[in-house]
Amino acid sequence: MIVYLLTFILFVMGLYCLVAKKNVVKKVIGIVIMDYAVNLLLILVGYRRGGVAPILLKGMDRAKFTTQSVDPLPQALVLTSIVIGLGVLALMVALCIRLYEKYKTFDMSEIRRLRG
Amino acid sequence: MHSLLPLFIAIPLGAAFLGLIIAKLWRGVGGLFAFLSTLSLMVFSFLLLGSSPSIYKMGGWIPPVGINLVSDGLSTLMLVVINTVAFLAIVFSIKYMELYTAKPKYYALFMLMMAGMNGVALTGDMFNLFVFLEIASIASYALVAFGCEHEELEASFKYLILGGVASTLVLLGIAILYSTTGTLNMADIAQSLSTHGANKASLFALALLVMGFGVKGALVPFHAWLPDAHPSAPAPISAMLSGVLIKVLGIYALTRVIFHVFGFTPTLGAILMGLGGLSMVVGALLAIGQDDLKRLLAYSTISQVGYIILGLGLGTPLGIIGGLFHLLNHATFKSLLFMSSGAIEYSTGTRRLSQMGGLNKRLPVTTAGSTVGFLSVSGIPPFNGFFSKLIIIVACVAAHQYIYAGIAAFVGLFTLLYFLRVQRNLLFGDLPESLQGIKEVPFLMCFSLVVLAVLCLGLSFLYPLMSKTLLASARDALLNTSAYIKLVLGG
Repeated sequence: MIVYLLTFILFVMGLYCLVAKKNVVKKVIGIVIMDYAVNLLLILVGYRRGGVAPILLKGMDRAKFTTQSVDPLPQALVLTSIVIGLGVLALMVALCIRLYEKYKTFDMSEIRRLRG
Repeated sequence: MHSLLPLFIAIPLGAAFLGLIIAKLWRGVGGLFAFLSTLSLMVFSFLLLGSSPSIYKMGGWIPPVGINLVSDGLSTLMLVVINTVAFLAIVFSIKYMELYTAKPKYYALFMLMMAGMNGVALTGDMFNLFVFLEIASIASYALVAFGCEHEELEASFKYLILGGVASTLVLLGIAILYSTTGTLNMADIAQSLSTHGANKASLFALALLVMGFGVKGALVPFHAWLPDAHPSAPAPISAMLSGVLIKVLGIYALTRVIFHVFGFTPTLGAILMGLGGLSMVVGALLAIGQDDLKRLLAYSTISQVGYIILGLGLGTPLGIIGGLFHLLNHATFKSLLFMSSGAIEYSTGTRRLSQMGGLNKRLPVTTAGSTVGFLSVSGIPPFNGFFSKLIIIVACVAAHQYIYAGIAAFVGLFTLLYFLRVQRNLLFGDLPESLQGIKEVPFLMCFSLVVLAVLCLGLSFLYPLMSKTLLASARDALLNTSAYIKLVLGG
């Protein structure tokens, strides 16, 4: 139970960082922390204490294996999710660089041309 | 027809990456590939229209183990909308994008966005839905920033932050859903939830998914990014974003999850209607004072999307027909309006209403196109917007939701009011000195405008036919969850 709570705290920390910080790079870090918290949760969903790796080798007993192995599906999902997160992160950082070139600042409160 | 389904994802993906590679040798290839693939996909989506619901099993894995693509009535409707608007947007882009550089990258991103949207409309797997959602979203973030000027970058960053949070919420919802049901297949989740009943965890997952898709679909109070992002993109992309993207990533995904995975309940319907009513009112009120033409159109999108959600939230057959018909109509007239705003910007070089006037003397085709768009969005008979709004209002009255019927009628009048202002400032009156030398836009741009304008008028006359075929099959697909489960798990 405590690990789920810690994951939730990590998620909320990311959200706080995203909302409270003015620096665009810190906002990006906040989003990444939230993303990692969700990835951790996905891994926890499939985790089993003392479980074995989900690889069925020759000579292993199937019934015993299914009661012992961790769930492999969330691991596959997390790999996909990490790759997607990487793509978004690359785009976010590129945008930060472009924003800095145009506005000469990382402060979101000064990047305000659009309003109304 | 199930063998066609993977092509909706494979063709645009292939066109995106092959186009980028070949563009090193010949720069014109991006436009050609985009044109050919959207044309073929449009034809394929019309071929799907008459066929019965079908399912394609990726790699031959039997559901619920493997990923499957499902085309039922609702998916077919979305595919027709996506691919038709995309084809016209590409035709429009060929000339319009001469204002920009790096055209091969533009077409590659456009094709990626198409692949993502077609994937969202077809997939029958929750995690796969998330993956396609992200493909379409990332491409759209980059396309919003395509001009690389101050406003574009700022709008794209805001969109990216809010969209990123939304995607995280969707993924969190999917993770919780997986942990309670042990499966990712939508039909299997629906079966498991209906036998075991919804528990607190699955309700929390539903709340997360509604929030996530709500941000993607720009429902008030999740709408803050839309009025920045949609006007900043190049005009054909604005047409795609407003006309199609928010409908597929927001409304379609929301309805699919609510109707087919969790099962529609009156409480959920009340939530949808509340969101819809709020979007309608807030969008219309904020649209009134805008001076930037595209920003005004973006606020009007928020308001019109409210109608769709209101119709779907009623949950009655008539309400759903009205909502889906308005979805179809909004895709046509809002892409028409955004493309005509692009045509106006192409000729005059400005989007400020206060700097324009009297365009009807110089731009006859654009004027005709935008007038049809204005009349449709304000709900003037015989244009299509009138009929779908009428159906939604009648459905509200039939479901004894008199307050929502009143709101819908009132917002309709308001829409008429602000579009009359636009039309007077933009198209009639005196032509300013600075705009004396403007010329009509090239043929290819006019072509898209004329086709969309004809569709705006034609859809209202086609309604009696469509209400029995296209819209009826989409409605039946939405209302009949057990048929969906049987199609996926039994087939």
